[in-house]
Amino acid sequence: MWWYVGKRLLQTIPVILGATFIIYALVFLRPGDPIAGLFGEKPVNEGVKAQIEAQYNLDKPFLVQWLLFLKGAVTGDFGNSYTGRPVMELVQQAFPVTITLALMALAIEMVLGIVAGTIAGLRRGGLFDSTMLVTSLVVIAVPIFVFGFVLQLIFGVKLGWVSPTVGGDWSVSKLILPAFVLGLVSFAYVLRLTRTSVAENLSTDHVRTARAKGLSERQVVKNHVLRNSLIPVVTFLGVDLGALMAGAVVTESIFNIPGVGNLAYNAIKRGENPTVVSVVTIMVLVYVLASLLVDLLYAWLDPRIRYA
Amino acid sequence: MSTRSQARAAKKNVPAPGYDPAVDPLLDIRDLHVGFRTSKTEVVPAVQGASLTVYPGQTVAIVGESGSGKSTTAHAVIDLLPGRGEVTGGQILFEGRDVSKARKDDIVAMRGSSVGLVPQDPMSNLNPLWKVGFQIKEALEANGVAKGKEADRRVVELLEEAGLPDAERRAQQYPHEFSGGMRQRALIAMGLAARPKLLIADEPTSALDVTVQKQILDHLEMLTGELGVAVLLITHDLGLAAERADHLVVMYKGKIVESGPALEILQHPEHPYTQRLVSKAPSLASQRLSARKEREEVKAHAVQTAGEIAAELEQAEEVVGDVTRDDVITVQNLTKVFKLRGKRPGQKIDFTAVDDVSFSLRRGTTTAIVGESGSGKSTVARMVLDLLEPTSGTVLFDGVDVRTLKGKEQLRLRRRMQPVFQNPYASLDPLYSVYQSIEEPLSTHGIGSKKEREARVRDLLDKVSLPTSVMPRFPSELSGGQRQRVAIARALALQPEVVICDEAVSALDVLVQAQILELLNELQADLGLSYLFITHDLAVVRQIADDVIVMEKGKAVEQASVDEVFSNPTQAYTRKLLDAIPGGSIELGR
Repeated sequence: MWWYVGKRLLQTIPVILGATFIIYALVFLRPGDPIAGLFGEKPVNEGVKAQIEAQYNLDKPFLVQWLLFLKGAVTGDFGNSYTGRPVMELVQQAFPVTITLALMALAIEMVLGIVAGTIAGLRRGGLFDSTMLVTSLVVIAVPIFVFGFVLQLIFGVKLGWVSPTVGGDWSVSKLILPAFVLGLVSFAYVLRLTRTSVAENLSTDHVRTARAKGLSERQVVKNHVLRNSLIPVVTFLGVDLGALMAGAVVTESIFNIPGVGNLAYNAIKRGENPTVVSVVTIMVLVYVLASLLVDLLYAWLDPRIRYA
Repeated sequence: MSTRSQARAAKKNVPAPGYDPAVDPLLDIRDLHVGFRTSKTEVVPAVQGASLTVYPGQTVAIVGESGSGKSTTAHAVIDLLPGRGEVTGGQILFEGRDVSKARKDDIVAMRGSSVGLVPQDPMSNLNPLWKVGFQIKEALEANGVAKGKEADRRVVELLEEAGLPDAERRAQQYPHEFSGGMRQRALIAMGLAARPKLLIADEPTSALDVTVQKQILDHLEMLTGELGVAVLLITHDLGLAAERADHLVVMYKGKIVESGPALEILQHPEHPYTQRLVSKAPSLASQRLSARKEREEVKAHAVQTAGEIAAELEQAEEVVGDVTRDDVITVQNLTKVFKLRGKRPGQKIDFTAVDDVSFSLRRGTTTAIVGESGSGKSTVARMVLDLLEPTSGTVLFDGVDVRTLKGKEQLRLRRRMQPVFQNPYASLDPLYSVYQSIEEPLSTHGIGSKKEREARVRDLLDKVSLPTSVMPRFPSELSGGQRQRVAIARALALQPEVVICDEAVSALDVLVQAQILELLNELQADLGLSYLFITHDLAVVRQIADDVIVMEKGKAVEQASVDEVFSNPTQAYTRKLLDAIPGGSIELGR
């Protein structure tokens, strides 16, 4: 198994090289001069401009810029933002809140989705099942920012149960509402996936055999329906962690959360290559590690899968 | 489970007052009706007025084809009808209490401890995610037989009892580490774990090789005999039923058409359906002589037709190879070695699937390759079809090595050699209509105009005795036998000279199997076809083949004509295969 883990970790190298290259190319192709933006209303001093360009390697071809970035990244130096702060410092500030937010969203969608999905699957065609199907359809169809603003208005502004925005001094309790909003769409998917999977497993031969052995309905569901049904759900959840981090951009801007989404969004607007690429690199890493974790979890859930 | 709930479970299994085990039947099904609900008001009947009794310690077999209602009847006994099935009338008395009206809890209490089940397909009936030992332990704990460490010990004993060697280690393994036969043994151990009074064995061996089938059935018979367990055996194989059961119940279209002592029914079948079953059962002795004589006629006819076709071909242009030779396919020293992944990364282990096999297929005749699963017979077929590259050795088609052909010539070879595969459910594209399936090879090879191709499809359907009205239908709307006819029509579309049938009738019911074999025989005589017939069933070989190759572990251990193999098998392995044919030893009174 360690051989497999090693192999998978080695695979992340070309993934990161490719991802950073694409990001570099895209930001390079973006129209507009980032230095001009720095000067704002004032006229640009050519000498200062050349100096800044040299400082940030903007005078070199983009392939060289990319290679210089890689060289720095290997030694842990991700460069400075245009405001002069080291990128690493910005990222270190922004990542904890986004990771917390994404993990909370994941936990919410997992618990609610699996529980509701299992009940709906066991009582297919019943009232609860129909209600859940309609609810999940609405959740999937309506854009996430609509839910964000509506829930913010109801719970934050009107009822005053939670603070409507998060701000710089974030805490786990402040993040509950944003996490719920962030996890809402995935909750609908987890629910539907679990429901279908449970319903399918209920009619398998081995479940009939389990009943024929004399197991009670509770034991049958716990040991022979639920565990088998969770395999596709786990796959989805792993991939979803990456999607949640990327999708946090919208939620973070609604609730004013100083996370990675905000950081990346502002950096893209300013054309700050070092920041954008650093954030993306770390996101790619998270994504790759999450999917590795899922694959290992998969082998634990399903003994037929062995990695070599 | 706590002692209190154990006591409660035990109390629920008390026989009805007035039930006397010495005189009353253990299971008494009276005028049972079972239906499947398709809408609020509509119920499609599956069992109509079935009555049967099983006395303690007795073995009763229900025989019938798929869809006859035999499994439905059995599943009604433990209230495990699939989907929307429900008992619509009659009584199921187990120890005098009516199961069909019992409370849910009482039925759960009855399952396992009073009535055990050995299901049909060992591959799908164990949960792949749990160790085999755990799954048997569950049965012990749920029925309050044993728990914890004691249950673990009991699991090992049960597995040993079911004839599984090295039971202690096996209990710690997962189902996918077991072979089909081993899984079925585990399921038997599970079914008997709580020592039920009645064991329902639903086609317990139909998914297994004949030799394994015999071992398992022998063992099951011994065990149930020792424990005094009554058995309700469900099977489609009359020979098997007659050999294993004291009492037979024949079901046809949801009704019981005949029942009585096994030998009585076999020797004096009264109902026309039972008579057909008896006469078509491939395993029964009566078939041998007549079939052999018929085969001779078919063969003579086919060889003649094949010779004519070969002569015609010779005059036509662009023929690959020398069509006038007597052997259409010659296989020389064929060997296939697969590289398997070893324990360590990068390590490779050689596995010889086919080991130095040589044989030839004479024009217009049938050569059968027989063996258990894993003997390499299908690998041979794939190499003959040029779908798999041999490690060494050659396959000659009309004297030409099939591996040397490329492009157009290869395509021409493929036209002359067509396969029919085992599973008619899987080998037809579910999204292609019957017409599209049969027409596809014609359009792939660019034969004829659209009109001509349609005429050809009609002609082919006629040849395989299907009405042209099936053309727009999809495979899911056909029965297994109809699908296999479509597969045969598709194989014949290109007018091949050789048809390679890989277990082409194994998945079919006895009567359907007999029909398809007859069809293949007729087509051989009419079209001068040569068949390479891959099967695990020697009884089928007797009906269709001229020559037999017996394969064991990749080697051809015996090669001879059918008569020689059946009357005078030289190898112990061949004799084992012959002995395993169920019902082969039963004399028919005709």
